[in-house]
Amino acid sequence: MKLLHSIVVGAVLAATVAPAFAQEQFVALPSYRVGPYASGGSGFYGGIIDYFSLVNAAGGVNGVKIAWQECETEYNPSRGVECYERLKTQRGGATLVEPLSTSIAYGILDRIPQDKIPMTMLGYGRSDAANGKVFPYVFPLISSYWSQAAAMVKYLADKNGGSLKGKKIVHLYHDSAFGKEPLPVLEALAKQQGFELVKIPVAPPGSEQQAQWLQIRQARPDHVILWGWGVMNSVAIKTAQRNGFPREKILGVWWAGSEEDTVPSGDAAKGYTAMSFNTPGNYPVLDEIRTKLYKAGKGNLSDQARIGSVYHMRGVTAGILFVEAMRTAQEKFGKGKPVTGEQMRWGLEHLNIDAARQKAVGAANMFPTVKTSCEDHEGSGAVKVQQWDGKKWNAITPNWIVGDRALVKKLIDESSNKYAAEKNLKPACMP
Amino acid sequence: MFYREAGQFRTTYEADGQLLPIRQDRIALIATLAIAALAVPFLASPYMLSAILIPFLIFALAALGLNILTGYAGQLSLGTAAFMAVGAFASWNFVARIPGIPMLLAFVLGGLCAALVGIAFGLPSLRIRGFYLAAATLATQFFVIWCLTKISWLTGGSASGVITAQRIEIMGYVFDTPQRKYVLVLLVVALMALLAKNLVRSNVGRSWMAVRDMDMAAEVIGIRPMRTKLLAFAVSSFYCGVAGALYAFAYLGTVEPEAYSLDLSFRILFMIIIGGVGSILGSFLGAAFIVLLPVFLNIAAHGLALPTSVASNLELMVFGALIIFFLIVEPHGLARLWQIGKEKLRLWPFPH
Repeated sequence: MKLLHSIVVGAVLAATVAPAFAQEQFVALPSYRVGPYASGGSGFYGGIIDYFSLVNAAGGVNGVKIAWQECETEYNPSRGVECYERLKTQRGGATLVEPLSTSIAYGILDRIPQDKIPMTMLGYGRSDAANGKVFPYVFPLISSYWSQAAAMVKYLADKNGGSLKGKKIVHLYHDSAFGKEPLPVLEALAKQQGFELVKIPVAPPGSEQQAQWLQIRQARPDHVILWGWGVMNSVAIKTAQRNGFPREKILGVWWAGSEEDTVPSGDAAKGYTAMSFNTPGNYPVLDEIRTKLYKAGKGNLSDQARIGSVYHMRGVTAGILFVEAMRTAQEKFGKGKPVTGEQMRWGLEHLNIDAARQKAVGAANMFPTVKTSCEDHEGSGAVKVQQWDGKKWNAITPNWIVGDRALVKKLIDESSNKYAAEKNLKPACMP
Repeated sequence: MFYREAGQFRTTYEADGQLLPIRQDRIALIATLAIAALAVPFLASPYMLSAILIPFLIFALAALGLNILTGYAGQLSLGTAAFMAVGAFASWNFVARIPGIPMLLAFVLGGLCAALVGIAFGLPSLRIRGFYLAAATLATQFFVIWCLTKISWLTGGSASGVITAQRIEIMGYVFDTPQRKYVLVLLVVALMALLAKNLVRSNVGRSWMAVRDMDMAAEVIGIRPMRTKLLAFAVSSFYCGVAGALYAFAYLGTVEPEAYSLDLSFRILFMIIIGGVGSILGSFLGAAFIVLLPVFLNIAAHGLALPTSVASNLELMVFGALIIFFLIVEPHGLARLWQIGKEKLRLWPFPH
């Protein structure tokens, strides 16, 4: 009864108390910390919040503190839309949103230009949203699926002495929008470079893959691209081991390249490679998070061992990009006061995080140089390949890999112009 | 006291057979509808409309569909979300492929497609019942979603399989703001709820209930079980199909297979169990419970400044505990609780 009482009191308080939030930059975080993808969501949002807390502890962005609010979506599109609608008007209005879910992002895609709230899609979602003329408020920052697929082929070609002619590559994918997204790029590159592409779908969630791996063993491919998500990844790695398929030949998408995917597979994962848009390792910014936040009990993750894990670092990267966008926008629209959603959009479109800037925030070479423009909302497209040594991830490509940019750009233009035609939009850059 | 019926005489068969025999109920229903249609669109915030009321009405419609099948005709089904998906994708295809088709007609045709699928997957109900039928309808769920991911024609050849729903335009009037979408959904749901209420009172509804209570006996008294059961599947799927189309067009804004997962089927099943199996009002109460409670708990947890990870799990725990509580205290659902309350109010202040 007491709990119920306090919940009711809390709800009433939350509804009635509306303090003034004048000097705050509000970010909406429709996150997920329960449900089938909780391990990814808690690490990613934990990373964003840790970085925000760190910035706030140092006085904010030119004195403007960052405020945020989470809302549990459980990775469910319907609840995600509800969360977005709830968060967008809080604390004077959200000026940035990151749902980390393709379905939720699609669900709010048409709402954000109306609400003038920019949305980032860090490493997922519509790849063609990189065209800022058609999608002015959408930012698939750092690298989209298409850039990643092109980079994967580039890496595999380099590994085979520069050419994939006559080789056989299996695309083992999660049978959903996410798994099918890279197909246009892979098919175009197969035709162009003369390798054979074998497409093998896995029905979600992918906890049974015996048939698929038998098929792979018969096909004798030179490489397997594992485009998996959640439980599918560790099952794939373990089934590959059982079928005697060398893990070194498997190249995972970046949602198949975290500790949560390899640790449950135990020894089977040793030698497994996956894509990443971070360089694994330790960085001054992570040390700061450890000392300034977690020592003081203000960290967001419950398990300190996860600091610097793949998902956490991805979240920290997102946090850095968001804060840099705020800084960029403030430089144009006036320092020391919060920017609006439209101004934030401008900031995201004019990001320039080069090596010097990365070093200044304590994240030198943690992620590729990001330089966005109206034509290119992705800003980079560069990725790395990492390998699991049984205990941790190590980068095995010292430099950032960039695939066939011209091809990706062509596909982006085709697809986004089709969208614009369907929606009666006039593609144009916003001032 | 509140339900004093003294003085309410019914002297004709029409008066005796009307939808709501008690005057207070009639007044309450008309007042609710009037407030919902005339006051709410102007008073409620866009968040309230687009994130709470619209999904509530849409889920209530889907629950109504399942309630017709499970509550009135006694056929267990786990394929509700699949029927919704058929309605949504069919409507999308009708709009995309037939230029100038009226939007409401597309919704109706989408519902009819769902009804056809419902009849096809209702066929096993002639031979099996209960849990076995539930397992058979589970096949609908997997089959439909599999079709939608496999056959790219159904998704307009989109590479990712996720497509954006078209703009709702009816007779030159564009339904793009939360207010307009809400009014449209309210109209459709109110109309179909009225239809359902009348349907279950008619001989069709009585034959459903006869089959539900004992199909052998129903057959003996001259009800054809095949026609009755398949009609229940068709009508129920039609309701679910229209709900699915509204879900895609008026709420999510996208049409994609993953939005219609098995999880959604279960949620709608919980709605009718908690709201009341075999009750029109119960479908609405159940939908309200399932849609509103998590949102309320989430806001409350936020108000208490609990860490989000704790809040999310607390939400699940409280939700689970409340479901168990309700099922123990009142297995017939919220609708039955309301009925008991009504009985007590009739005798107030001298209850038995």
